[in-house]
Amino acid sequence: MDAIRTIPATHYLNNGHGLASWLLTKDHKRIAIMYLVTISFFFFLGGLMAAGIRLELATPQGDFVAADTYNKMFTLHGVIMVFFFLIPSIPAVLGNFLIPPMIGARDLAFPRINLLSYYLYLVGGMFTLGAMLSGGVDTGWTFYTPYSAAASNTSVIPTALGVFIAGFSSILTGLNFIVTIHRMRAPGMTWFRLPLFVWAHYATSLIQVLGTPVIAITIVMLGVERAFGFGIFDPARGGDPVLFQHLFWFYSHPAVYIMILPALGVMSELIANFSKKKIFGYSFVAFSSLAIAVFGFIVWAHHMFVSGISVYAAMVFSFLSFSVAIPSAVKVFNWTATLYKGAISFETPMLYAYGFMGLFAIGGLTGLFLATLGTDIHMHDTYFVVAHFHYIMVGGAIMGYLGGLHFWWPKMTGRMYSEFLSRISAILVFVGFNLTFFPQFIVGYLGMPRRYHAYPDEFQVLNVLSSAGASVLGLGYLLPVIYFVYSLKRGEVAGPNPWGASGLEWEIPSPPPTENFAVIPRVTTEPYEFTPHVARERELV
Amino acid sequence: MHAHAAHHPALQHQFQTMSQQKESAVLGMWAFLLTEVLFFGGLFMAYMLYRTWYHDAFVLASTSITIFWGLLNTVVLIGSSLTMALAVRSAQINQRKATVMWLIATMVLGTVFLGVKVIEYADKFEHHHVPGPEYAFIEPGHEPIFELGPHGRELLERNSAESLNRTTQIFFSLYFTMTGLHALHMIIGIGLMCVITWMAWKGRFSSEYYTPVEMSGLYWHFVDIVWIFLFPLLYLIDRS
Amino acid sequence: MSVFGIPIFPEQASSFAKDVDALYFFIVAVSAFFALLVAVLVVVFGVKFRRKHAGEVGARIEGNLPMELAWSVIPAVIAMVMFGWGASLFYHLRRPPAESMNIYAVGKQWMWKFQHLEGQREINELHVPTGRPIKVTVASEDVLHSLYFPAFRTKIDAIPGRYTQLWFEATKPGTYHMFCAEYCGTNHSGMIGSVTVMEPAAYQNWLAGAEGGTMAERGAALFSQLACNTCHLETGQGRGPSLKDIYLKPVELADGSTVTADEAYLRESILNSQAKIVKGFQPLMPTFQGLISEEGLVSLIEHIRSLSPNASAPGAPAAAGAAGAASPTGATNQTPGTVR
Repeated sequence: MDAIRTIPATHYLNNGHGLASWLLTKDHKRIAIMYLVTISFFFFLGGLMAAGIRLELATPQGDFVAADTYNKMFTLHGVIMVFFFLIPSIPAVLGNFLIPPMIGARDLAFPRINLLSYYLYLVGGMFTLGAMLSGGVDTGWTFYTPYSAAASNTSVIPTALGVFIAGFSSILTGLNFIVTIHRMRAPGMTWFRLPLFVWAHYATSLIQVLGTPVIAITIVMLGVERAFGFGIFDPARGGDPVLFQHLFWFYSHPAVYIMILPALGVMSELIANFSKKKIFGYSFVAFSSLAIAVFGFIVWAHHMFVSGISVYAAMVFSFLSFSVAIPSAVKVFNWTATLYKGAISFETPMLYAYGFMGLFAIGGLTGLFLATLGTDIHMHDTYFVVAHFHYIMVGGAIMGYLGGLHFWWPKMTGRMYSEFLSRISAILVFVGFNLTFFPQFIVGYLGMPRRYHAYPDEFQVLNVLSSAGASVLGLGYLLPVIYFVYSLKRGEVAGPNPWGASGLEWEIPSPPPTENFAVIPRVTTEPYEFTPHVARERELV
Repeated sequence: MHAHAAHHPALQHQFQTMSQQKESAVLGMWAFLLTEVLFFGGLFMAYMLYRTWYHDAFVLASTSITIFWGLLNTVVLIGSSLTMALAVRSAQINQRKATVMWLIATMVLGTVFLGVKVIEYADKFEHHHVPGPEYAFIEPGHEPIFELGPHGRELLERNSAESLNRTTQIFFSLYFTMTGLHALHMIIGIGLMCVITWMAWKGRFSSEYYTPVEMSGLYWHFVDIVWIFLFPLLYLIDRS
Repeated sequence: MSVFGIPIFPEQASSFAKDVDALYFFIVAVSAFFALLVAVLVVVFGVKFRRKHAGEVGARIEGNLPMELAWSVIPAVIAMVMFGWGASLFYHLRRPPAESMNIYAVGKQWMWKFQHLEGQREINELHVPTGRPIKVTVASEDVLHSLYFPAFRTKIDAIPGRYTQLWFEATKPGTYHMFCAEYCGTNHSGMIGSVTVMEPAAYQNWLAGAEGGTMAERGAALFSQLACNTCHLETGQGRGPSLKDIYLKPVELADGSTVTADEAYLRESILNSQAKIVKGFQPLMPTFQGLISEEGLVSLIEHIRSLSPNASAPGAPAAAGAAGAASPTGATNQTPGTVR
């Protein structure tokens, strides 16, 4: 084994030097690295906002920053984390890097559009940063009218424009993935031989292509109302602010699945590869991704149970919302069953996978409280909701992202990171996360509304716990920056397949050459094949 | 590096064959058009809701729009779809000059459409039919500035000027947003076609490779179809 | 309820608080069961099937259709129980009983203004009696707000341009939180107050302190101030339809359809008078959009409601004491509680 643990002479990282070779690259791997750097920057910014929020909430009085500043902080935290970190995170970094090698292709179908998509994301981000520097925006990431259209006197339009532009980046990424997965699969790579990571990205891409344009047009309608005095949602002219909410959530609920589905895909890879075993019920897991994507489009109004929608509409949407719970539950049970009689080892990515299972289960189960009409009336817009979606979007999506990053880091860079530090980081993230967000379930059921700058005294203890947890969580997130950067030069050489994992991406050198494959492979086996004689057959063919 | 022998100069490195490349482009374009359908879909949703809520205002506002210009533009746009289809056909059968000519014809028709749109918008500005503080659909106590049939008159009489001046703003907000975004798509289409025309002039296309012409054609037809929905919704339905 | 002085569970102060909590604990139990099941299984498998040597691979198991169907169908059935339970509770929570007592609330940046039928007006405070259903009709003067009473387990958004409503029956005297739950700008977190639940007799005493007449009287004053009374004659001979006995009755319109004369219809007819013309009348009435405050509007509606003595829900008449006594919780002690 050790004999092949070398860095190849030419690979995508040293094929071309200088800034232009990066900024004008059409190589999906380099674009993925550019995304990695940029989204890390936005994650850091969003994290700073979160730190500010938690500092403010450590005391009930609202004495750290002024109310307006606080409102701008949580708005930017939401906007940056949702649109500039979570939505691009796994697809644009890991998906971009891995989908072509996983399906045996040299690149995505449209490399130039891939680069365009990166720049759209960057320009969108710059608009939002500009808005932040020119005084910020205080509408909340949901931009609800009429506050955003008429009452707020902050930089709503630049922020919304930034989101609009970044939306096109997301659409183009999804479109590229759909075409790539349809048309670029290597000979023998049938749909049911695709890694589940690819299935998850296919489902995600469908949402990106079908959902994102709706938020785009909603932002246009909000923009013309604010900029030109048009009156589409203006109640004074007979417009309906609730229509905005319908249109907004028609995208923004499925957007949650844009964040979590790729993480579910990463999970399937991690569970299979670290238990050296086929995924239990491959087709159930694959179709559950599609089911989540499809059902995700018909549940949006569960964000509006107290927004004056009719009792019967609420019942229909409550019923449909439970339909999403089933495919999510199926995934968790299938992963659990995959572990049964596996050969399990606990390197860092698997620690993240275990953490994910716990947090995603809690996040999913607490969703039941909010889909249930009788309890949602009380919990809606409280910290219970905040805790719930952070369990999904941070506990789920970011754990999946970090797990995936630790798993494929040796593939991306050719080197290993410190196993010791990374395990510590995984544990810190898990503990810190629970300490931060579990108390919020309790304070939410007590009735503390979200987006509160100051709050009644009796909620303080739980808020202090949460703020303390946030500092542990922050430390857990900072640690990887250190050992990842250190590994770039000093890390142990990984070789093509340090984990003994299955999948086409592990059969090419680390880091891969620009073209990925010198010869397009021919696929003859099912995914997640670890049994030696079957795996050997593939080499012989 | 490539395993395959002599290949077409337009074949990009990530594809194995020309047909794979073309199929990818076609699928990508259709997926993009699907995105566009949902983009306009949000506006149609809003239109449907408000039309049922403010039926009288929508009917009257729609009656106030001059049908002639809309009809003219419909004819112009359908004509441009024909010239576009002929451009694709010419590229397919290796007729370079005809391709260029038909593309230019399409651009000219597209520009005519936009010119008519400018006339229409200017008219709206002049009559204060643009939503905002200056807006005035009906002056209380004055005759409307547009022709009304007997049913329209009935609608006008059962609604006060104040209420019409409020709710017709929603119609015109949607009118300007919908036609404005449609016009923006036309402008993008014309820009796209300038590039394609130049490429065609340079002889980049042949019966083996004319995907860019075909894709611009798909886009152009889509923009045309959007208008085919906008025209009846904004100008025609229930005119009275 | 609190542990080590840390509150962990909100006060139950309305008739359906315990119903909501029962459903909550049911879902907590189901969630805990599944979360623990998965946690125990993954930990046990993680220990038991730990990789022993480098070349070891897992057993070849492709899947098991009956098992997968089982763990799709069983959660689906449990989810349907939650749905049904939640929906029936919601139906109850969203439909005020006919005999509810009316209170009007208006949200504006950044305060809650309440009006009682008897004329009492309050800001960021609300006084209600125990033992009778109370319907709060909510309006907004500017942006979205949401009226939230955690101790009653209910909330509803205030939406500019329309009325929404919630109801509750307070059961336990005391003072509880009132929040704005929908983000509404700078001082959103300052848009809070308290709801004081009183024994019916104490509530009557409190009401007696009202000044400036009842809400209906204020509405009547506004009615003549705006000269509504010059057309809307009670005899029906005026240029506008008579408003006597119309509340919650069907009204036949000029276009042949009928609507129910509820709050939403009355509001629309005042603000946008030509939207629905009553059959047999000319569209002569001016619109009052922008001329009447939300508070004025609800007093007008209350005045019109008072013209329909048979249809309207009672205000807080002398019978309130009897109603309170009839309630099982009416006899609880009256020590004012602290803010929970």
